[in-house]
Amino acid sequence: MAHINLPDGLAGPRGPMTLRPEAAVPLSQLAEVLLRGPSALTRAERELIGTYVSSENDCRYCQTIHGAVAAHYLGGDEKLVRSVKRDFLSADISPKLKALLNIAGKVQQSGKSVTTKDVERARNQGATDLEIHDTVLIAASFCMMNRYVDGLAAWTPDGDDFYRRRAATLAEQGYVGSVSH
Amino acid sequence: MAHITLPEGLPGITGLLAFRPETAEPMRMLSEFLLRGPNSLTSAEREIIATYTSSQNDCYFCQMGHGAAASHHLGGNLKLIDEVKRDFWTAPISDKLKALLAIAGKVQKGGKQVTTEDIESARQAGATDLEVHDTVLIAAAFCMYNRYVDGLATWAPRDPELYLAMGARLAEVGYVNSSAPIPVAVAD
Repeated sequence: MAHINLPDGLAGPRGPMTLRPEAAVPLSQLAEVLLRGPSALTRAERELIGTYVSSENDCRYCQTIHGAVAAHYLGGDEKLVRSVKRDFLSADISPKLKALLNIAGKVQQSGKSVTTKDVERARNQGATDLEIHDTVLIAASFCMMNRYVDGLAAWTPDGDDFYRRRAATLAEQGYVGSVSH
Repeated sequence: MAHITLPEGLPGITGLLAFRPETAEPMRMLSEFLLRGPNSLTSAEREIIATYTSSQNDCYFCQMGHGAAASHHLGGNLKLIDEVKRDFWTAPISDKLKALLAIAGKVQKGGKQVTTEDIESARQAGATDLEVHDTVLIAAAFCMYNRYVDGLATWAPRDPELYLAMGARLAEVGYVNSSAPIPVAVAD
């Protein structure tokens, strides 16, 4: 049960966000820009970064929904998503994404864990300043959302179907207005 | 030196906000609402929650800036901020704020660290659902900001006067309108 009174039927952060629409707007906008806005990183890559960080933070809701969104963008490749969570270094993804996931993993631990070597490794694989910036901010923002959801013990539905359906909606309609749609 | 090339002379998060305005805008809006919006918790209390979280995350820039903002809201009480950071249980603050700081401290470690007992203690001290919600979200948001600021190794000046000026600006002008850079000495 959630730690506070939340409306029924809204999973993850959506219930808490109804309590504070003035916070929901910028939170949704930040997600939309970071995860779906113009970027050299594909939407799938960015969702994989979010999924990986959420799994490191052991947040079931966030890793499942964003894993499902990533899989949706990848034509249903749930196996790849699982392999990234389990061991991204051996997953079938680009060396650049591996270097960025390494940075994301460091951010998850603490901002100060990111070393110049981590950043250099990413640059050697072709990552730009913007991609490094966005990787750090995506990872940091998931550290916020994971704590928001689990800190309030918000509803985390069981079963994969819920997440696949919800992922399709998010992939098509995005994060702005996602509390209501 | 920062991990990416940022505009000169802009400390901490300010360089990052200048670097990427599309993400700056929602973050400014979020901070403005969380820390200065209408709330049963005072801005001082909310800035204290932010400062405490930042100090637990060992983020110098954030704890100094927001500590100064909290102090400014209180008419200038940096001593209180130091006491809260050192040991909030014995600081001269309300029982309710102590219980909320305990929740913030748990959120800083991980969402699942918050227990029903923590929530119950906050309720007993008079905290409402909304105050608990806001405490969790402020602590969570600062877990983002601290990682953003330190994750890109931004410049954190060591001049206390700078943070006093920053705190006054944040307290009086807030997070959305204060886009003019705070004058600082050139980074070394």
